[in-house]
Amino acid sequence: MTTTPDKLTDLVNVTIDGIQVAVPKDTLVIRAAEQVGVQVPRFCDHPLLAPVGACRQCLVDVPDAGNGRGFPKPQASCTLPVAEGMVVNTQVTSPVADKAQQGVMEFLLINHPLDCPVCDKGGECPLQNQAMSNGRGDSRFAGNIKRTFPKPINLSPIVLLDRERCIVCQRCTRFADEIAGDPFIALVERGAEQQIGIADDAPFLSYFSGNVIQICPVGALTSEAYRFRSRPFDLVSSPAVAEHDACGSAIRVDHRRGKVMRRQSGDDPAVNEEWITDKDRFAFAYAHGDDRITYPQVRGTDGVLRPASWPEAFAVAARGLAAAMDANAGGGSGVGVLTGGRLTVEDAYAYSKLARVALGTNDIDFRSRPLSAEETAFLAQHVVLTAPGNGGVTYGDLESAAKVVLVGLEPEDEAGAIWLRLRKSVLAGGTEVIAVAPYTSRGLSKLSARLVPTVPGDEAAALADLGDDVDGGTVILVGERLATSPGALTAAADLAARSGARLAWVPRRAGDRGAIEAGCLPNLLPGGRPVADAGARVDIATAWGVDSLTETEGRDADGIVAALAAGELGGLLIAGVDPADTTDPAATRAAIKAAGFVVALDLRETEVTRAADVVLPVAPVTDKAGTFVNWEGRVRPFDAALRNPASLPEVRILAGIATELSSLGVGAPLGLRTVEQTRAEMAQLGPWDGERNASAAVDTAVEPVEATDGLVLSTWKQSIDNGRMQDGDKYLKATARTPVALLPQDVFDACGPTVTLTGDRGSVTLPAEVGDDLVAGVVWVPANSFGAGVLSDLASPGSRVRVEGGQG
Amino acid sequence: MPDTLTPVLTDMWDVDRAWTLPAYEAKGGYQSLDKAFAMKQDDVIAAVKDSGLRGRGGAGFPTGMKWSFIPQDNPRPKYLVVNADESEPGTCKDIPLMMGNPHVLVEGVIVSSYAIRANKAFIYIRGEVLHVIRRVQAAVAEAYAAGHLGTNIHGSGYDLDVVVHAGAGAYICGEETALLEGLEGRRGQPRLRPPFPAVAGLYASPTVINNVESIASVPSIITNGAKWFASMGTEKSKGFGIFSLSGHVQKPGQYEAPLGITLRELLDLAGGIREGHDLKFWTPGGSSTPLLTAEHLDVPLDFEGVGAAGSMLGTRALQIFDETVCVVRAVLRWTEFYKHESCGKCTPCREGTWWLVQTLARLEKGQGTEADLDLLLDQCDNILGRSFCALGDGATSPISSSIQYFRDEYLAHLTHGGCPFDPARSTVFGSASTVEVSA
Repeated sequence: MTTTPDKLTDLVNVTIDGIQVAVPKDTLVIRAAEQVGVQVPRFCDHPLLAPVGACRQCLVDVPDAGNGRGFPKPQASCTLPVAEGMVVNTQVTSPVADKAQQGVMEFLLINHPLDCPVCDKGGECPLQNQAMSNGRGDSRFAGNIKRTFPKPINLSPIVLLDRERCIVCQRCTRFADEIAGDPFIALVERGAEQQIGIADDAPFLSYFSGNVIQICPVGALTSEAYRFRSRPFDLVSSPAVAEHDACGSAIRVDHRRGKVMRRQSGDDPAVNEEWITDKDRFAFAYAHGDDRITYPQVRGTDGVLRPASWPEAFAVAARGLAAAMDANAGGGSGVGVLTGGRLTVEDAYAYSKLARVALGTNDIDFRSRPLSAEETAFLAQHVVLTAPGNGGVTYGDLESAAKVVLVGLEPEDEAGAIWLRLRKSVLAGGTEVIAVAPYTSRGLSKLSARLVPTVPGDEAAALADLGDDVDGGTVILVGERLATSPGALTAAADLAARSGARLAWVPRRAGDRGAIEAGCLPNLLPGGRPVADAGARVDIATAWGVDSLTETEGRDADGIVAALAAGELGGLLIAGVDPADTTDPAATRAAIKAAGFVVALDLRETEVTRAADVVLPVAPVTDKAGTFVNWEGRVRPFDAALRNPASLPEVRILAGIATELSSLGVGAPLGLRTVEQTRAEMAQLGPWDGERNASAAVDTAVEPVEATDGLVLSTWKQSIDNGRMQDGDKYLKATARTPVALLPQDVFDACGPTVTLTGDRGSVTLPAEVGDDLVAGVVWVPANSFGAGVLSDLASPGSRVRVEGGQG
Repeated sequence: MPDTLTPVLTDMWDVDRAWTLPAYEAKGGYQSLDKAFAMKQDDVIAAVKDSGLRGRGGAGFPTGMKWSFIPQDNPRPKYLVVNADESEPGTCKDIPLMMGNPHVLVEGVIVSSYAIRANKAFIYIRGEVLHVIRRVQAAVAEAYAAGHLGTNIHGSGYDLDVVVHAGAGAYICGEETALLEGLEGRRGQPRLRPPFPAVAGLYASPTVINNVESIASVPSIITNGAKWFASMGTEKSKGFGIFSLSGHVQKPGQYEAPLGITLRELLDLAGGIREGHDLKFWTPGGSSTPLLTAEHLDVPLDFEGVGAAGSMLGTRALQIFDETVCVVRAVLRWTEFYKHESCGKCTPCREGTWWLVQTLARLEKGQGTEADLDLLLDQCDNILGRSFCALGDGATSPISSSIQYFRDEYLAHLTHGGCPFDPARSTVFGSASTVEVSA
């Protein structure tokens, strides 16, 4: 982003250890030295944090500062920018620098405990390593008294601090302040007693707190979940991609003997830099719980699920699905496919192909959440096929944009890497964030966002009024929640077209964007090919070697649920869908019950698998290769971290079902069995280069809302909540924000600190707080932090709720 | 010999209720204001430059040049900050000055702020000296009431507000960037430079930070002229300064004299070393300046002269120690001070002072070997010039200089198996003691 051609001429020539090197202006000496292959030891220095010069480990000799004069004393190379003609001698060539570094190292070790053999950091510890490379073997501190502290104290439920080990480099406090904006930790006391501290009543609660454990250059900050669990040299590290949101964050899975021990942030400057959310870091135990499904099951004649072999399960599934497609066999006449939002793009492609070639239907939808026909059209028109290579919005664009408009998106909760990138740019003075939202959330206030106060549902009007604020230098980010706001997605697209602003859609789940590309939508075939376009259908049919494809667009997820309940569809192929997430959880449950035949593919036992006729276990992301496509449209492939022959990727399972189906005379085999084959076929297919879906005139007219009493409900899922993929780590769960209802001041005054909310689906009682700038007539609650969630327990999307004083 | 003294700042300390506005105005106070307001700001800066006034806080940077570094094309407000966080062991000039004559500081603040185009000035006073804070607050209030502060001062159209800020008791806040952090409400730790305060200081705005005595000297320069000021002192260290004599002298106190005076002259003024004793060692400018000994009695006390003698003029805090004082004991006490006051930001100072105290304490008890002296010197070498700010450098000064001059005394501790001195003898009540030390 920053390397423009004219910048390249802005090079500065310096001589480091006798080697001349040209580096960009303002480069710090410590990084210029890296260019000539010299690693100056360092602790406080971190490329993504502002220089501080605290640890003094990186002292170098500068005999010529570029003006012919040298510095009389060694200089901290982490704070010194290069100058033309500068001469630097590091520890490699300068005895002065070497002695200075050894002296600082000796000081650092004076008060450092010798508990390396039991320290989590031992083996990957910058202090340990650099004490070996740039320190002295023997201590001259013999017989003296070390400063001691009681061993670790909790900074938060997940982060522990061992103050003895701390070298107060301030990386953690600087991260909390500069990156996450959650300055719950700070230096306290002074001199050798100086330490990292928290206020008595304010633990280090941050969605990004785990990063401080990773950047701690000693073992002072440790993870409650990982402490004493393994040694770094016993771990195998596999690069991977985080599966908890649509950010596509690079992570590293550290595992030992087939078991994931911890996850660390990867380093991808184009995406998440070196930071990940706590959910990405700590939420991985869900795949290893007691409820993991490890073998196929089929429902016997006694109505009870029993273990089955894979071949039997394939055969039973195929027979059931074939029957469900046969109108003469009673029930409906077809199978709907609900794929959920967690699939890799390869698996999603397999579902998409299976639906078309084997089940002969376009009744497929990845959206296991409230949706709309408007959204379906929007995805086909404005989202599919956008990518960094073809003008799609990127993280870099967020950083360079003059303005970023957030609509229906709370990035700190829903897309952590986006939030971090925005904050970076806001703090650098580069970007102004404008939020079309009902109130200034904690995340928005840390972005210094300008609020356009908007009642949920009124986003279309708010966007239309934004006119003057939006121009070609603006990026509009729309969240998936806008599906429930009539006209909002259309208004966002119109605004972008009118103003020249760029538009990107940010879903919540890792597989959402890939599912669109793979054609897990009723109106799209793989590669963004419109179902309604005959040329596109021919394209695909030819590639797949089938005669033809269904011409009509299929039912969306809500339509599939309705059709199942009405008996219009006979069967359901369902994967990783939690009914509680769907538009109408009760209706989804009823539809599953009503379906003549249900094949469920899932990782863990759920209410869906308990109701299914055939249950097929699938591989978790650690056990298979795959690809996520993130919100940018960036392809994020990863390999299997663990080898587990019992774990099958879904493409292999679906191939088995399709083969059995074809042997029954239904449809064609999948023609794919492995992830590699799928990737090859997708690559060969390529993207659609024809016309986009002619924007089918979707009715976006706002239905007159029944003038009922109560407040409009605003809700979204918080980063840490009751999501099932956060199961298994109680420490992470303990960092979730306490669920509260945010009320306007007048309602709070009338109803008090505990309120009961009553909507069309139930009542909940929650502690209440005043939302300082909450729009009048709105109440906000977290979507999945209490009970079975808002959609199950409180209200349908877009409905109103009554608020009464609860029993406190 | 009385002619040696040049009482300017201390001139009215003996006046009845010298700290009040009427007493100050009766002595011609606040007259430099109208004279300054009649000058262009740049001419005021030029006058201070021409006077040769150098910073009185210790470093001796030319005051007028510091003012001229303020970028006047910067649209942000400019600030004057007076460093009155006097905490150096031995230094005791600003506190008595603010007690005895607070108005000369206020007057200096007004003229200096005018020169650098600041409309807001801060006086950051060490938090422990509540009586001084109250006295300066009262003086500022009097000045406001008399129209010397506020809007349209003396009809000149110039506005100035002065804030008296109490520190919270940290030696490090005498370091100017740590002071700014403290003034902004943050943790008092020094800032990375650049940017220098002149470019981005208080609230990221151009800021001049001067010592109390520097600012208090400005009115006399404006009133009497740069030439008058430059007629005093030595070639490169012009003007007068307060020399604070403490310790084993007959008449300890503040002696305002031209720079370049010698300790021998000052001791004459102060009645000499206490009866029956001899000078053993002294600090020229507080504990952070390397020790000097009787052989340096005739060193001219200006920036160059003391520098040539291997020390620093510092704050002219002349602590006088006679032969009853154990240098190891004195140095250990100072080192404990630095350990206590190290802010903790950088490794050499934070950990180094922790270690120095333990090594010195062992030596004082007669434990260890001569090799520990080399270890001490090596530790000092690893701190000096390696720490983030000058606090760490200062911590090494008494140690390395005392070993330089009194190595044998350190060794005597080892051979004696403890301190060969009777600490009571260095006290006031112990001075009459005739008990011989068994050595």
